[in-house]
Amino acid sequence: MLSPIASLSLSTLIEKLQSAELRSVDLTTAFMDSIADHDARLGAFVHLDRDVALQQAADVDAKRDAGESQGPLAGIPVAVKDVLCMKGQPATCASRMLKGFVPPYDATVIAKLKQAGAVVIGRTNMDEFAMGSSGENSAFHPTRNPWDTERIPGGSSSGSAVAVAARMAPLSLGSDTGGSIRQPAGLCGIVGMKPTYGRVSRYGLIAYASSLDQVGPFATDVTGAALLLEAIAGHDPLDSTSVNKPVPEYSKTVDHPLAGLKIGVPVEHFAEGLAPDVEKAVRAALEVYKSLGAELKEVHLPHSKYAVATYYLIATSEASSNLARYDGVHYGHRAEKFDSLGEMYEASRGEGFGDEVKRRIMLGVFALSAGYADKYYTKALQVRRLIRGDFDSAFREVDVIAGPVTPTAAFKLGEKTSDPLSMYLSDIYTISANLAGLPGMSIPCGFTAEGLPIGLQLQAAPFEEERLFRAARMYERETDWHTRLPPMAH
Amino acid sequence: MQLSHEHVRKVAALARLKVTDAEVESLLGDLTAILDYVGVLNDVDTTGVQPMVHAVELHDVLRQDTVAASLPRPEALDNAPRSDGEYFLVPTIIEG
Repeated sequence: MLSPIASLSLSTLIEKLQSAELRSVDLTTAFMDSIADHDARLGAFVHLDRDVALQQAADVDAKRDAGESQGPLAGIPVAVKDVLCMKGQPATCASRMLKGFVPPYDATVIAKLKQAGAVVIGRTNMDEFAMGSSGENSAFHPTRNPWDTERIPGGSSSGSAVAVAARMAPLSLGSDTGGSIRQPAGLCGIVGMKPTYGRVSRYGLIAYASSLDQVGPFATDVTGAALLLEAIAGHDPLDSTSVNKPVPEYSKTVDHPLAGLKIGVPVEHFAEGLAPDVEKAVRAALEVYKSLGAELKEVHLPHSKYAVATYYLIATSEASSNLARYDGVHYGHRAEKFDSLGEMYEASRGEGFGDEVKRRIMLGVFALSAGYADKYYTKALQVRRLIRGDFDSAFREVDVIAGPVTPTAAFKLGEKTSDPLSMYLSDIYTISANLAGLPGMSIPCGFTAEGLPIGLQLQAAPFEEERLFRAARMYERETDWHTRLPPMAH
Repeated sequence: MQLSHEHVRKVAALARLKVTDAEVESLLGDLTAILDYVGVLNDVDTTGVQPMVHAVELHDVLRQDTVAASLPRPEALDNAPRSDGEYFLVPTIIEG
């Protein structure tokens, strides 16, 4: 059973905290209890520290009692993906390689959460080193979809999506390199956003593919996602790729509808491979926009059919370089048996990494190796520019692009684990936003006949998050998909 | 792209990954399939297209070279598989 507190909307929770009708300690306890009730079946969390969470909550309550000013998320529990460093808490990336690793510093987003008064409630499960689309690549245990526990929740931010979908946390943070926030948000029926590359600091985000990785919010509604992004976004001198632009107050404008909204409908995202029930729900969502006065316009993204191939060369090349740091010397797993330094590296890495991580390192090393780098890596970088060019042309004509998040609803556990390529193709509609560096979000837009959630993806030009939130909210206020609870949370 | 077992072992050595015979076998199959799939990029004419390494144009950022606190040594060594309190310990690199 879901506690009455855990089922309240985020804005109601904030109101009740601000009016002192509810204390953060009680709120945090309610969500910790919800985790205790559900997580044995769902596997969304890999590390919980009840005492630390309750202490943060008690600190917020004490500040409120003393009449001190409070941050925008004061007393609100937030779950964080196990890829973000937090001082004194384990950070494993769901890998044997980082078992026992305890970072000596806070990621910038964690520092910002603390400044905003949020209570970090636990660390969430994921595909190892953020490599995967189903949550099944966790070295610890898979995460299950609360709408049907025989099915995957999506990945790689599997635990963060499920924590919010099953109301075990009102908000969570994930990271998105090729769809790892939007795809699980879509498959779990919640809101998830990947911000523009450079909008959120990557300092303390354990790197997978540095030119594509971005941290972003999960929430049950658009306003929650806007509030959380507002708290974590902004320039950071500790991340040389973070962009120095002011952060708009997304949560203040989210309820303002956009007049004369022009929505691009990419022909290539409604082609072969899209499940009929997903297409039907997404087209129905477009009709809702039309009824609100938006103009629908066909757009073309001719290079989108190359996005998956481009991504798997670039992301793996960057990963092979980023993951070279795991050598068993400074931190992480070290093998016990070896005869030389070289063997120590090889054995430690062979034992510490799981199959998918090894596969991607191998692909990346190959794509960068002498004799192949031009044919594979450089070629992919050239196609990347053409993919970005497609979006630039489209955004000269439309304000946002709308389409499906995924080709199908959630698939069954084990269905795609033996065929890496078919797993990669589940990111087909989300991957190009990372290559181009654009913001994208997933919002709930219906259910299949089997009762599985379907997501609508909205994308905009760089740094147009405000427009995305407003466009998303226009649809959300006309529908009630985001208020539905998965069967197990009733 | 025709990969051989030899080729897979060479890449594993470059990646500093110890792989079993069974892993070489399955990696050979997986990598062959993936390289076959990414071959679709050969259909794209990229003549004269500049490679795009980053989504935002990066430029150098200058700052004052000021002294600031760095991570204290005990904390830096805390996660090491082996250390002696002053250094990270590794197997002997140079004999003698």
